[in-house]
Amino acid sequence: MSLMRASSPHALSGDHTAKVMLQVAAATAPGVLAMVIYFGIGVLINIALAIITALLCEAAVMKLRNRPVAFYLRDYSALVTALLLGIALPPYCAWWLPVVGSAVAIVLAKHLYGGMGYNPFNPAMVGYVVLLISFPVDMTRWVGAADIIGGAPDIGEAFSLVFGSYNVDGFTRATPLEIVRLNESVLLSQLYEMEPVFNKGTFAGVGWETISFGFLLGGLFLLFRGIITWHAPVAMLVSLTVISLFFYDSGSSLSEGSPLLHLFSGATLFGAFFIITDPVSGCTSNKGRLIFGAGVGLFTYIIRAWGSYPDAIAFAVLLMNFAAPTIDNYTLPRTYGHKRARRATDLEEH
Amino acid sequence: MATPAYAEITHNGLWKNNPALVQLLGLCPLLAVTGSVVNAIGLGLATTGVLTCSNLAVSLVRRQMPDTVRLPASVMIIATFVTCVELLMKAFTYELYLVLGIFIPLIVTNCAILGRADAFASKNPVLPSLVDGFMMGVGFTAVLIVIGAVREILGQGTLFSDMDLLLGPMAKDWGLQLLGSDYPGVLVAVLPPGAFLVAGLLIAAKNAIDAGIERRRSQQIKIVSGTKRVRVTGKIS
Repeated sequence: MSLMRASSPHALSGDHTAKVMLQVAAATAPGVLAMVIYFGIGVLINIALAIITALLCEAAVMKLRNRPVAFYLRDYSALVTALLLGIALPPYCAWWLPVVGSAVAIVLAKHLYGGMGYNPFNPAMVGYVVLLISFPVDMTRWVGAADIIGGAPDIGEAFSLVFGSYNVDGFTRATPLEIVRLNESVLLSQLYEMEPVFNKGTFAGVGWETISFGFLLGGLFLLFRGIITWHAPVAMLVSLTVISLFFYDSGSSLSEGSPLLHLFSGATLFGAFFIITDPVSGCTSNKGRLIFGAGVGLFTYIIRAWGSYPDAIAFAVLLMNFAAPTIDNYTLPRTYGHKRARRATDLEEH
Repeated sequence: MATPAYAEITHNGLWKNNPALVQLLGLCPLLAVTGSVVNAIGLGLATTGVLTCSNLAVSLVRRQMPDTVRLPASVMIIATFVTCVELLMKAFTYELYLVLGIFIPLIVTNCAILGRADAFASKNPVLPSLVDGFMMGVGFTAVLIVIGAVREILGQGTLFSDMDLLLGPMAKDWGLQLLGSDYPGVLVAVLPPGAFLVAGLLIAAKNAIDAGIERRRSQQIKIVSGTKRVRVTGKIS
């Protein structure tokens, strides 16, 4: 009989940070696989470059801060940040884009704010937005799906594109969201017949819909494992559906696209399950997560429809990251035994 | 209040109490126009001019100014000098005036200037006030120039470009192409977020230097043999 006395909690959970992070990384597999099938090896090059840079930066910062390097590298949080950034970057972009973005994400967005658990903004999205604002041309050249451009670049071409002076223009095509946003002349149904990206796919562009299903699958795995809750993703998808349905005029030339396009094109499902579910920069209560997700969906549609950037998930997430502490303050659940919910800003009552 | 020594005034303005890095005053021009060195120097000189003259004038009339109208009177004096600077820049550096635009008239709202007029010039004799205004201005300008240089190098890969806007035709070829002509340019360094980032890193660097000096100073204390040990709660110095 063990006589060891320990204070609560008595149940030991194996879900420490490293295990959670590795499961998140594993959950991106179906989406990443679909991306490799449609966009080729460039996706993996981006991810590899981002991860190598992130681990080096993490180690360097930990050294500077006099913290144990190996301990913090083993929690894999830097790896997941870099993985998410690598997925978000356009395949076959120049090698220094993932390197700069990853360094910004880890050093500026994560460690300058205090490191793991303290960053108010999602590091991967900060890295992405810094790159998008700094290098808009490189960041908006998205390679076309393999079915439209007659096969994705092979490994040799991929390395010349990333490290050499090959120009990626020969492989790039407008993304479905860009096509719909820039179209002002033909009906949406005509656009769907005309543009190869739509007529080779079913409803949201060839490649994009499959990739979105991949990330949906990964997200469901995370939900099933209890790593994320349903609140933020569902709220985001519902709010995006509702607002895009509200503005959908059954497909005129000025239409901003159907709800199906908004749900299954761009980074919607990737963002819903892998970005806004970040426990650090998001909201902490379930009610707060609902508001957070709904806000991301709303801003995503606003920026997609009336902004000038190709996609809007990153900006929407950063905007809601700003709001998260305020939302948290007003959505604290009532503690058992108290008459009403307390606010973090309440004066202490004694 | 005893008048501080000139060395102390200088140290305050340039380092210890630097308006941009420590007091964090005048952030609006600091962040808005430091996209290049020439803009930084232009605005820095204008601010230094106004700061020196307004400190001088406020100090001259400090005994005639009743407390009730001290702030409005100071603002009027500052506004006068800002108008002078604006007219001077229109006359002699018109292109630079166009580049800096609204930020020249906005010098009047620069808290660093009103702050010095109120905290120092209205309580001190003329000459110390003059030196204080000048040193604060130089400290502010120095920070502007460093931020401008970092942002210009990162954002455009150049340094000292367009200096002829300020110094006339002789400075036409001063521009240095530091990072090669195919450097893509980090646009975020030119945009306002870049200014915040560079300013934040500069403040961190200053704090790190101060901490280093402090550490070295505390290590120099030698323990003399025979000293009695006493119970203390704080650091012995």
